[in-house]
Amino acid sequence: MSMNNVGRPTRPEASNDEAEGFNSLSGGRGLLQDEPLIFELGGWTKTGVDLPDAVPADGALAGLTRDDAIGLPGLSEPEAVRHYVRLSQKNHAIDLALYPLGSCTMKHNPRLNEKMARLPGLSDIHPLQPQSTVQGAIELMDRLAHWLKTLTGMPAVALSPKAGAHGELCGLLAIRAAHEAAGNGHRKTVLAPTSAHGTNPATAAFCGYTVVEIAQTDDGRVDLADLEAKLGDHVAAIMVTNPNTCGLFERDVVEIARLTHEAGAYFYCDGANFNAIVGRVRPGDLGVDAMHINLHKTFSTPHGGGGPGAGPVVLSEALAPFAPTPWVVHDDSGYKLIEEAEGPAAQAFGRMSAFHGQMGMYVRAYAYMLSHGADGLRQVAEDAVLNANYIKARLSDLMSPAFPEGPCMHEALFDDAWLEDTGVTTLDFAKAMIDEGFHPMTMYFPLVVHGAMLIEPTETESKAELDRFIEALRLLAQAAKAGETDRFKNAPHLAPLKRLDETLAARKPKLKWKPVAPAPLAAE
Amino acid sequence: MRFTKDHEWVAVEGDIATVGITAYAAEQLGDVVFVEVPEVGKTVAQGEGLAVVESVKAASDVYAPVSGEVVEANAELADAPETVNAVPEAGGWFAKLKLSNPAEVDALMDRDAYEAFLATL
Repeated sequence: MSMNNVGRPTRPEASNDEAEGFNSLSGGRGLLQDEPLIFELGGWTKTGVDLPDAVPADGALAGLTRDDAIGLPGLSEPEAVRHYVRLSQKNHAIDLALYPLGSCTMKHNPRLNEKMARLPGLSDIHPLQPQSTVQGAIELMDRLAHWLKTLTGMPAVALSPKAGAHGELCGLLAIRAAHEAAGNGHRKTVLAPTSAHGTNPATAAFCGYTVVEIAQTDDGRVDLADLEAKLGDHVAAIMVTNPNTCGLFERDVVEIARLTHEAGAYFYCDGANFNAIVGRVRPGDLGVDAMHINLHKTFSTPHGGGGPGAGPVVLSEALAPFAPTPWVVHDDSGYKLIEEAEGPAAQAFGRMSAFHGQMGMYVRAYAYMLSHGADGLRQVAEDAVLNANYIKARLSDLMSPAFPEGPCMHEALFDDAWLEDTGVTTLDFAKAMIDEGFHPMTMYFPLVVHGAMLIEPTETESKAELDRFIEALRLLAQAAKAGETDRFKNAPHLAPLKRLDETLAARKPKLKWKPVAPAPLAAE
Repeated sequence: MRFTKDHEWVAVEGDIATVGITAYAAEQLGDVVFVEVPEVGKTVAQGEGLAVVESVKAASDVYAPVSGEVVEANAELADAPETVNAVPEAGGWFAKLKLSNPAEVDALMDRDAYEAFLATL
């Protein structure tokens, strides 16, 4: 069997909740109410809107007329509004506090971006409008493309992919098209390091490739000798993240590119961590053939429940002819979208989305670029790296950094060696952070580090905010080492819900919604 | 009982091989919450996917350690996947195969060799 060897506890230990003291009578907590599902609220007879009775449409529905109530929850407008606002109070968001999820780059979404994205000329438009009526929007796409190409040192970009993994798919499809056009369709293997994002091997497999893992060195980088041994005439591409998921710069990236090209393969770079090097390193100079850029990470557009992503892919000279449509061209008569796979787009491998991509994300990313400028973007990367190194330096006496030698990039990575013999696991530690008012870091990823804790502060945080975070972690670490296991074992103690029994939830899912009987149809 | 490097076990009686995952694999997977066993009559070659086991942390393919035709599948695992954790090398078996190439069994590791292999992980 194929096996993921990284273990984590999935069940809370025997509860000692009665020791936790005061509980309210109704399940409320402070001013926070216990929130039922919307289907359990309000019954079925009320409605928040006043609509005329439906006209019977018996004849037009070919016998498919509804003969039972559909059971939509009946709530007045204030009930519906309060339900969702109360749910939002239970959420965590970057607008509430530091959001240290490593690999996710939860940086502040500047309000200026939001204002620009709501301009009527950019928000109230339709993808099927005549291009002559949306020249400004198309020009913005062209300028965004120019910035992305300039920042990466790459000659072409496909804007339309809608997320990082969608960008990976776009890049590999371009690589596959290039190989097939050159009569190299027999290359069926993709190499990816053990520390890769899970989407890398998944994308390669989705494209019909066989994935082979590249080993990692003790200091967390691609093992060059292993890469060289596994390259050959059967390899279509390698997929390497830089900086990698251990928060480290791939020191030998130029040599990785040379070996890959020598073997006739293409170098796909996972650009999820581009925020650590933007303005300082151009992937095109490193020999990268294709790389996606998560606009929602590097260029601050909302994500993680706050909005859709966008994953434009920059392409090298060799792959540019195979870029998916559409793309923007302009001449004296204005801006135009190339939509069809003909003429200059004759070799395009197809398209990644029905229309043109996430316009709202384009506007936000472009606003972020313009408001920072070239020097500001460079400082974004510098501050993100500085913040991560500050956290690493201030916690290394209590916690064990996974790669103590040298600086990290934008993420500080710890393993769980420092928790040995404390009876506290990475999961316990992360849950206890919730009690202290902080969202946990990414845990148990990357898989190559035991009990990994991956912290990414981004450039958003001030020193004062970082110090508050660090102080909370230091207090927790000292408590763990002092044997205060009760503080950790069933944490969080102060959250609206206690720790889930994931095993029980999967084996015996409790489908809580028990509808009250719907009201009969009005006609009956 | 014979073992593979992918942590499956095989116990042969006559030309019928019972297949499951090892105690080590069950321990590494953590709490098993779902098992998809093959349909009776399915033919598998050695190394092909035979079953799927899902724990709280991951879904994994179980490969056929030997080639053959599925003659019986452990239907009880549908309601009691925890059996795989409780008795992985007995009642937690996945399927019984009618061997099409008995020589494959001899090439697998015996328990001593498997234990030695585990020590290297």
